[in-house]
Amino acid sequence: MSPTDQTSDARSAIPDRLQSQLEQRLKSWESLLLLVAIAIFVANSFASPYFLNAWNLSDATFNFTEKAMIAFAMALLIISGEIDLSVAAIIALASTAMGAALQLGAGTPVLILVGLGTGLLCGAFNGFLVTRMGLPSIVVTIGTMSLFRGISYIVLGDKSFQGYPSDFAFFGQGYVFWVISFEIVLFTILAVIYGIVLHKTNFGRAVYAIGNNPTGALFSGIRVARVKFILFLLTGLMAGVAAICLTSRLGSTRPSIAFGWELEVVTMVVLGGVNILGGSGTIPGVVIAAFVMGLVTFGLGLLNVPGIVMSIVIGSLLIGVIALPRLWTMWRQR
Amino acid sequence: MIRRNFTKLLAGASLAASLMGTTAMAQDDMRIALVVKALGIGFFEAAAKGAEEAAAELGNVEIIYTGPTDTTAEGQIEVLNSLIAQGVDAIAVSANDTDALVPTLKKAMQRGITVISWDSGVAAEGRQMHLNPSSNALIGNMIIKLAADELPDGGEVALLSATTTSTNQNIWIEEMMKVMDNYPGIEVVTTVYGDDLADKSYREAQGLMQSHPDLDAIIAPTSVGIVAAAQAVADADKIGQVNVTGLGLPSEMAGAIESGASKSFAIWNPIDLGYSAAMIAHALASESAVAEPGAEISIGRMGTITLDDANEAAMADPFIYDASNIDEFKSIF
Repeated sequence: MSPTDQTSDARSAIPDRLQSQLEQRLKSWESLLLLVAIAIFVANSFASPYFLNAWNLSDATFNFTEKAMIAFAMALLIISGEIDLSVAAIIALASTAMGAALQLGAGTPVLILVGLGTGLLCGAFNGFLVTRMGLPSIVVTIGTMSLFRGISYIVLGDKSFQGYPSDFAFFGQGYVFWVISFEIVLFTILAVIYGIVLHKTNFGRAVYAIGNNPTGALFSGIRVARVKFILFLLTGLMAGVAAICLTSRLGSTRPSIAFGWELEVVTMVVLGGVNILGGSGTIPGVVIAAFVMGLVTFGLGLLNVPGIVMSIVIGSLLIGVIALPRLWTMWRQR
Repeated sequence: MIRRNFTKLLAGASLAASLMGTTAMAQDDMRIALVVKALGIGFFEAAAKGAEEAAAELGNVEIIYTGPTDTTAEGQIEVLNSLIAQGVDAIAVSANDTDALVPTLKKAMQRGITVISWDSGVAAEGRQMHLNPSSNALIGNMIIKLAADELPDGGEVALLSATTTSTNQNIWIEEMMKVMDNYPGIEVVTTVYGDDLADKSYREAQGLMQSHPDLDAIIAPTSVGIVAAAQAVADADKIGQVNVTGLGLPSEMAGAIESGASKSFAIWNPIDLGYSAAMIAHALASESAVAEPGAEISIGRMGTITLDDANEAAMADPFIYDASNIDEFKSIF
């Protein structure tokens, strides 16, 4: 995804944070999204008597925590101008690898290492093809999407791995304190880490620089290929983390695990205000988007609204997000 | 300006909110959730009709017919979580995955919800009992019998199944293989998977006819695959050479029976299945029956079922549909 001069001009019109004033922040996409989230929360509370219940809200978080963990790393990757569509397939392969390790008698610590290691390896493979071979990431990861899941299907076929140790169940089903699940704690910690990395470190600035103008970034002394490679590694690693949580939550592995999640992760990132062409976006935006998606699906679920209507609502939200900056520019130019 | 854009967003949110206002809550009724593999499948719509019939017969029962948009375990878990949150009285689920639903269904049972599976089962620890539409052995025998009856001199048959992970289809094919000795001269040449997608099943059926020119029959033990295969046979001008049979819905198969692409097929009655699942869920949730091996549960007009050692029960034998009775049933489901 090498940007042309035209697009980088358009991007430079919307800098990341250079006009960072209080007023600007209040007008920001994140504030609007937060208001939407609050509106949905209030609407849900009135619509269903079951919504305002600590346990139910806790259950609802499982609808998005695993996807959001990947979305954090994906946000950085998309800001840098790349994309990884193989994340759901990495989950399948990492889960299959954990299942295979289980059959060989591995305990929980080894299972975790296998899950994370598989994620890293898959990320490294994607990163190698994109940064060393110079192939477009969308093509590479569409390919590895089939490749990684294909390996799972070859290993498992119509079988499944099950019988994970009982302490392994903690990652997807365990609670740290009262209704606070392990997954939501991990989600929060990762959100803070990724927020700091993107917004407070040189690495984060490099990610924005690369997304806005890779050539300019290269000539400013940023090791573009290396940063991108690290981002693919991180995305793979997060898919590994999600694989551990999801496998633990399901208590079993099938090759069809997490099918179609890549699009939900990308939806979450874009809904969070990350420019799909790269160059801008924030982690708080992605966090709020995760909650918006979780609240909408859970709220509508409580009312037994058919899933297709939920998809329509999410789709409308997404189109609204993409249309908004355009409408904004059109209005200003009038 | 901000306000303008924001209104657009709120429009989306209020759309969601207005959708929410329509569901009436009737707290006194017993609420039985009929959870299916995915919404928009004729078979499950028919089952929902049967469940409504049971509800009308029982009185004071509300049926919540729901399911994910695609046949994934993850989607079904989200649906189950929202049902648990609503504190329904009973969940009757046709599972997309034998194992993956177990932790969620266990949680449901811990919170006092009656859980049964029907049609496509979950592992024993995830439900109180499982209702099979028929016995797997009878179905496995039926699908090969339908093909063999049209081939007195023997011949080549091929299987067009759903996905490689479909619990139902895999068991039926396994049972079918066990009785192959009873059908001498019939050879199963291959099994292909159409993933329960019309276009993929169609292409797989085309592929079967190309790679096996002497093929005599295609057995598709799935309602999506059988229609696609019949269409593929008709389009290839092979009506009379290749007989399509297996399990299908009368409404969808009426054309194939008429054209001769399929001479006969079998299915249990999904209306009866939904009816029985609702009846059993009601009996267990109201504690008028207990799910234990050997227990007999009365299921209204369908008679009585008896649970086996694995807390499973079979509803009835599959029923054969052909040119003689298709018109009668095609308008039903």
